[in-house]
Amino acid sequence: MIQFLVSIVVILSAILIVQLVKFFELLAHLKGQGADDINEKDNKMNARLMMLFLIGFFAFFFWMLVTYKDKLLPVAASEHGAITDWLFNFNMLILIITFAFTHILLFYFAFKYYSRKDNTAVYFPHNNKLEMIWTVIPAIVLIVIIMFGLKTWNKITEPPKTESLLIELYAKQFDWTARYAGKDNKLGKSSFRLITNTNPLGVDSTDIKAADDIIIKGEFHIPVKKEVAFDFRSQDVIHSAFMPHFRAQMNCVPGMVTMFHFTPTITTSEMRKITNNPAFDYILLCSKVCGSAHFNMQMTIVVDTESDYKKWLAEQQSKTFKQPLIAEIKKENTDTLAVIKQ
Amino acid sequence: MENQHHHETHSKETFISKYIFSLDHKMISKQYLLTAIVMAVIAMTMSVLFRLQLAWPGEKFQIIQALLGDKWGKDGVLDPNMYLGLVTIHGTIMVFFVLTGGLSGTFSNLLIPYQVGARDMASGFLNMLSYWFFFLSSVIMLGSLFVQGGPASGGWTIYPPLSALPQAMPGSGLGMTLWLVSMSFFIVSALLGGLNYIITILNLRTKGMSMTRLPLTIWSFLLTAIIGVLSFPVLLAACLLLIMDRSFGTSFYLSDIFIGGQALEQSGGSPVLFQHLFWFLGHPEVYIVMLPALGITSEIIAVNSRKPIFGYKAMIGSMLAIAFLSFIVWGHHMFVTGMSPFLGSVFVFTTLLIAIPSAVKVFNYITTLWKGNIRFTPAMLFAIGLVSTFISGGLTGIILADSALDIPLHDTLFVVAHFHIVMGLSAIFGMFAGVYHWFPKMYLRMMNKKLGYAHFWLTFISAYGMFFPMHFLGLAGLPRRYYANTSFPMFDNLVDISQLMTFFAILGALAQIIFLFNFFYSMYRGPKAVQNPWKSNTLEWTTPMAHTHGNWPGALPVVQRWPYDYSKPGKAEDFVPQTIPLEKDEVDGGGYH
Repeated sequence: MIQFLVSIVVILSAILIVQLVKFFELLAHLKGQGADDINEKDNKMNARLMMLFLIGFFAFFFWMLVTYKDKLLPVAASEHGAITDWLFNFNMLILIITFAFTHILLFYFAFKYYSRKDNTAVYFPHNNKLEMIWTVIPAIVLIVIIMFGLKTWNKITEPPKTESLLIELYAKQFDWTARYAGKDNKLGKSSFRLITNTNPLGVDSTDIKAADDIIIKGEFHIPVKKEVAFDFRSQDVIHSAFMPHFRAQMNCVPGMVTMFHFTPTITTSEMRKITNNPAFDYILLCSKVCGSAHFNMQMTIVVDTESDYKKWLAEQQSKTFKQPLIAEIKKENTDTLAVIKQ
Repeated sequence: MENQHHHETHSKETFISKYIFSLDHKMISKQYLLTAIVMAVIAMTMSVLFRLQLAWPGEKFQIIQALLGDKWGKDGVLDPNMYLGLVTIHGTIMVFFVLTGGLSGTFSNLLIPYQVGARDMASGFLNMLSYWFFFLSSVIMLGSLFVQGGPASGGWTIYPPLSALPQAMPGSGLGMTLWLVSMSFFIVSALLGGLNYIITILNLRTKGMSMTRLPLTIWSFLLTAIIGVLSFPVLLAACLLLIMDRSFGTSFYLSDIFIGGQALEQSGGSPVLFQHLFWFLGHPEVYIVMLPALGITSEIIAVNSRKPIFGYKAMIGSMLAIAFLSFIVWGHHMFVTGMSPFLGSVFVFTTLLIAIPSAVKVFNYITTLWKGNIRFTPAMLFAIGLVSTFISGGLTGIILADSALDIPLHDTLFVVAHFHIVMGLSAIFGMFAGVYHWFPKMYLRMMNKKLGYAHFWLTFISAYGMFFPMHFLGLAGLPRRYYANTSFPMFDNLVDISQLMTFFAILGALAQIIFLFNFFYSMYRGPKAVQNPWKSNTLEWTTPMAHTHGNWPGALPVVQRWPYDYSKPGKAEDFVPQTIPLEKDEVDGGGYH
């Protein structure tokens, strides 16, 4: 019944539009002008709408800024994030000024110079001086933007310190696993051919460096004010490790190890106070489309104080089921042999 | 030019030779336009469906079930795999079929022979082949929607391994194969078309039509075609290698993969290689889409401001600069793939350079309006709309080109907002402007101006209403291609923005009904057009108001001056067609020396 009524309404409105169009055409014809002729009234109306649009657009922009300012990402929680945010604000300031300036000119000219009886156009085909001005000024502004941008980029991408904490983030459809490098701060070798149910990351157990690695699911902890270096790997398709609060992102590509590092500056509990949200958590999410559950691929990050972090790490070490690694056994054997020989 | 042989008496035309396998540039142009309209309606409907899901995740909508059936829209809830499928095909259709095939196909075909003063394209036969390859690829792309497993779903950029492995997602099965086949045909079509455009512009210009007397539309079509001919073959290679990886066990893009419980044998390839190849086309593609729209806008703004386009040579120079730079910036799509930071810096530098010629174009448009005598035709409104979206979308590009700032914004909705405004909206506005402006030439009738005004203002407002708030979602860290943002508490308070956007998306979609009605109604019932309804200088308006083979009944027109003599002092009228000889001591070309 409803569908029937809807179709009747649609048909009637179509007929109405056709009749209206015909009516206006007829009216225009009676007035002695073609329906297609653009008259002064049309120009005036559209010119005014242009001005109205400009005001409305700016008002909308301003309203969005005010309303959603607090809903955007909270303050950056990493050292380089603070610099990135400064750079963003600096660029945004230039852009908003340019945006406002060009839009005011565009819509104001459209409003002011609409065609009417007492208006004529000025023949003004080119002017080298003007053109030079708006080539050189943007060029100078861009050089400034490029210089600040590359300075920040070089700082972010310089190699991590050797003493920074090494963590591997391992992506697969559709979850994350973290592997801590352990006491030696070196990750054991791994290969996709070694992946089994009990060895989900394909860690090579013959590698001595793997002996103290700790595998973490669910949430991983990092200490505040200490540089963390991440190695990223993927098991199946490209994923992207995105940690928005730390302004950090890197793709996880099968067959490659990619890297990113940052120094967290605000602990989770401090951030809960800053955001006034007791449930706040840092997150790691996937930002490269990776399949049907892409939108739900996440892991919680907890930034601890140094002491809390050590406590947590000790717990994890005791919790981890320690498979007697072949490498360890070998090493033990050689150690015993050495003792006997002495 | 010796084109008289075209003018021989033609054998009697049948329905098939006139309307289907036509060799005439005007008919082929209309075929492109109609195909593009059909594709655009389909792709736009898709966007409304996934916008509904994004604003009200998990909510039931009868329309989703009605359009997608029980398999993909059970109980009116969009399936997550189909969501990705819709996003992918929406992007593919809009970028390639509407804004590349549709925009260049329609206006390059219509305007190149008309505006350079040629009887037809250099090769009518290749031109016909170009359209039918385009048609074939459209049919295959639409057909891929109906296969088991659904259409390609890895995003329009189809990054392997996701797109290479049927185990990775249902859409990477037959749907992906059809996507690759369809795109291969599409590329063939683009190349045939592009070669034809280049040759026609270079070789078939009428007497007096020097390169510096070409309308800017033709310059933009020429550069677009050159970019396409140089970059599309690279995408073809990328697609063929992907087909090999998918079907013949090669490992160009695959290595070290464990999926579906087993380790794959392929090793030694690199998924990043595909991204390099893809974006080597993908970035120039942005300008393949943009330049024709900018060319059309240059023409329409000049005609309707009744002023010469300001800085004609600077406009050509900036288009040349953009075309050149477009080939050396592709890496800015890959800042977070782990590329060498130094290489990243190079791409930051080259990318940001593009802002300079873009700024020149914008200021030249604005100066053309200054002290003009602006006539607000619907085409003019869309052209002004284009300048606005080109500015707002272009500016956010400066943020994304800055690699340090790209890190937190990469693959978020900020990027989606950026390219929809600068590329999507600008190019579609250019296309609308072109349709309104040259409709009298295509169909010999006028479109209704009042409906045109309503169409423009509703579209303009809803386009910004849709994409402007999207920046804020991206700044809040929301990644693109998320089926729902309900999995993260941090995104919970953004849902009202999503709903606002969906409201404008629906309004914008409904506004297009006005256009469709106006277009088809005017085609048959619109008032008859006069020969030169916009009082324009270019050659297409010197042809008679009938579609004849060879365009001009007698000899070809001889060009005497540049195309932008509007409101020239000392002239009786405010326009001087290109065929009017220069007076004694009159300076041509706006006083350039």
